[in-house]
Amino acid sequence: MEFWFSEMHTPNVKLSIRVDRQLYSGQSDFQRIDIFESPEFGRFLVLDGYMMLTEKDEFIYHEMIVHVPMAVHPHVKRVLVIGAGDGGVIRELCRYDDIEQIDMVEIDPQVVEVCKEYLPQTACSLDDPRVKIYYEDGLKFIRWCKDCYDLIIVDSTDPFGPGEGLFTREFYGNCFKALKEDGIMVNQHESPFYKEDALAMQKAHKRIVESFPFSRVFQAHIPTYPSGHWLFGFSTKKYHPLRDLDEKRWNARGLKCRYYTTTLHKGAFYVPAYVEELLKDVEPER
Amino acid sequence: MEKNQHRAPIYEALERFQKMRVVPFDVPGHKRGRGNPELVELLGQKCVSMDVNSMKPLDNLCHPISVIREAEELAADAFGAAHAFLMVGGTTSAVQSMVLSVVKAGEKIILPRNVHRSVMGALVLCGAIPVYVNPDCDERLGIPLGMKLADVKEAIRQNPDAKAVLVNNPTYYGICSDLRAIVKIAHENGMYCLADEAHGTHFYFGENLPVSAMAAGADMAAVSMHKSGGSLTQSSFLLIGPAMSEGHVRQIINLTQTTSGSYLLLSSLDISRRNLAIRGKEAFAKVVELADYAREEINAIGGYYAFADELKNGDSIYDFDRTKLSVHTLDMGLAGIEVYDILRDEYDIQIEFGDLGNFLAYLSIGDRQREVERLVAALAEIRRRYERDSMGMMSQEYIAPDVAVSPHAAFYADKESLPIEQTEGRVCSEFVMCYPPGIPILTPGERITRQILDYIHYAKEKGCSMTGPEDPDITRLNVLKGA
Repeated sequence: MEFWFSEMHTPNVKLSIRVDRQLYSGQSDFQRIDIFESPEFGRFLVLDGYMMLTEKDEFIYHEMIVHVPMAVHPHVKRVLVIGAGDGGVIRELCRYDDIEQIDMVEIDPQVVEVCKEYLPQTACSLDDPRVKIYYEDGLKFIRWCKDCYDLIIVDSTDPFGPGEGLFTREFYGNCFKALKEDGIMVNQHESPFYKEDALAMQKAHKRIVESFPFSRVFQAHIPTYPSGHWLFGFSTKKYHPLRDLDEKRWNARGLKCRYYTTTLHKGAFYVPAYVEELLKDVEPER
Repeated sequence: MEKNQHRAPIYEALERFQKMRVVPFDVPGHKRGRGNPELVELLGQKCVSMDVNSMKPLDNLCHPISVIREAEELAADAFGAAHAFLMVGGTTSAVQSMVLSVVKAGEKIILPRNVHRSVMGALVLCGAIPVYVNPDCDERLGIPLGMKLADVKEAIRQNPDAKAVLVNNPTYYGICSDLRAIVKIAHENGMYCLADEAHGTHFYFGENLPVSAMAAGADMAAVSMHKSGGSLTQSSFLLIGPAMSEGHVRQIINLTQTTSGSYLLLSSLDISRRNLAIRGKEAFAKVVELADYAREEINAIGGYYAFADELKNGDSIYDFDRTKLSVHTLDMGLAGIEVYDILRDEYDIQIEFGDLGNFLAYLSIGDRQREVERLVAALAEIRRRYERDSMGMMSQEYIAPDVAVSPHAAFYADKESLPIEQTEGRVCSEFVMCYPPGIPILTPGERITRQILDYIHYAKEKGCSMTGPEDPDITRLNVLKGA
């Protein structure tokens, strides 16, 4: 028996993963949710046909989106996480004892329920007492926040479907407002490689640089995402992602990671020439 | 509704026709798209193959006897009208046919000044004389409201020879006059009552909405099915009550309407009517719910005032259409048109229109919660980034017109072109309006005043799109020679 999950990365490219069995399939108010088990990647979560994470390579995404800002900002106490129903971002954040409050805003409660049941590897910290989950539209939640978070992590799906509102200027502007005067926003920034993805990436970048005084991107290599080359945005009101990186302080925490190191942190901000070009295209002249 | 509203005769006939695989040696010349592959690429094969001509199996819009006739009867049933005409020249054509059906040269028609340009166009064509009822005006919002009943009565008393009264039901902003009472006094005085329902299609299908023209007993109504009803742009209905002659109105329509009615437009009317008859009640309840939610959230931002039912005064704001998301912006120092431009240029959000003090976001049966969240979030951001002192902001004032000559006489009279600053005191021979909403500031035959010139200057400065005159930049205006 041949049983394969395929995702179209472009109309002309697809990635297929051999599947052992389907563990869950359901339709929420917002999207179709599927969980599969595979010999190569372990369990993986699929929303509306798009692969969100696999047990084998999720550590790359989650370590990079959390530890990069945490190694820069000297005193993160209050964190807002938008999206992230799988719990991977929360798991990494909960490793920091000095974080006092984590507000997570996820539009779809069914994603959280399903991940708690089938993906304990990522959902393991969702019951941490510091975590408060709000089931609502991220765009709506953040409208009411002003000057209240040290760090905002935008763990969005793609810029179409229910996550579309999280790639807009109104969203990034509201994030700016919700951050304290030295706050940082890190976001899932799409891929620069395939044409459609690159356009979405540029559009997001344009909307971010219009909303923040300083913004850079950093990269990671995630095998199951389209092209495997993925970007994150680092937008900040005060701290510089490299000059304010305190390697000694972060390494003293003794957090063991499989992808992130403070050395890799520095390298991650040096992106390929064609990516620099794409970014420069949408940045205002300096 | 008594007929089987699940039927859609034009749509069904098109489906049957497709299966017949008829060889076309008639127009249109693209021949199911084969002669114009780029058009097929853009619109799709299905769409171009339905772009066909009138023929026996598909009936004829000018003289309908089969499927179009059936579609008209179904529509009449759905709207509670004596008859319904399918219109393919926009609601402009419906409004003009409505006016031309009841007045001719030299006859009077009573109407509010905040009518759509299409009404004035009809008066230019037929030579009827407008008798204006000044609409009441809300001082704070700076918008023209409905007509006060006492003002309509007075206009009728002074002009007992008038043939008809025309009412906006509702205005672009969603405001309704007391239509039932106006119909009653018009009929008591032997006049027809006509309704411009370009923005009122949903009144026929939703619950707890203002009364529709047919339910209020009006004689004719022009209904923009393509606005809140969901049909294709440019398709519309003209409805008549029992006092009107169907044959006479059809003759009037055929004076100006195309003899090549588009089956894309006709089938869209047919399908939309079916959709609203079956699902309209729930669909519009959802629209009202979304609009109420948006109002609550926008008012909570501060600086904006999204208005609704609380404005009702039993007379010039007899009722309010809660599907309309009309928002006042002046209190935070921004003109409605400025918010309109910022939303489009910086947030990729297109709203219906902005005037000097307000904007209108159009909500319909196609809207979802998530887009409303984007609009509200963008408005919150615009306030944070742009709020300023509101001193020196001009609101849209209602300027009572000084009618010197009939629109028809002025439009066709000898005229001269003058720089706009030199036109004060002269009689204008053309239209000037902000578009949208398309309500005239000047119409042919009206005297130009300093107040009007100041208003045009300010509206241009704020970025309003001004249309109408021969000179597209409106630096010059045509005025009557010697008047």
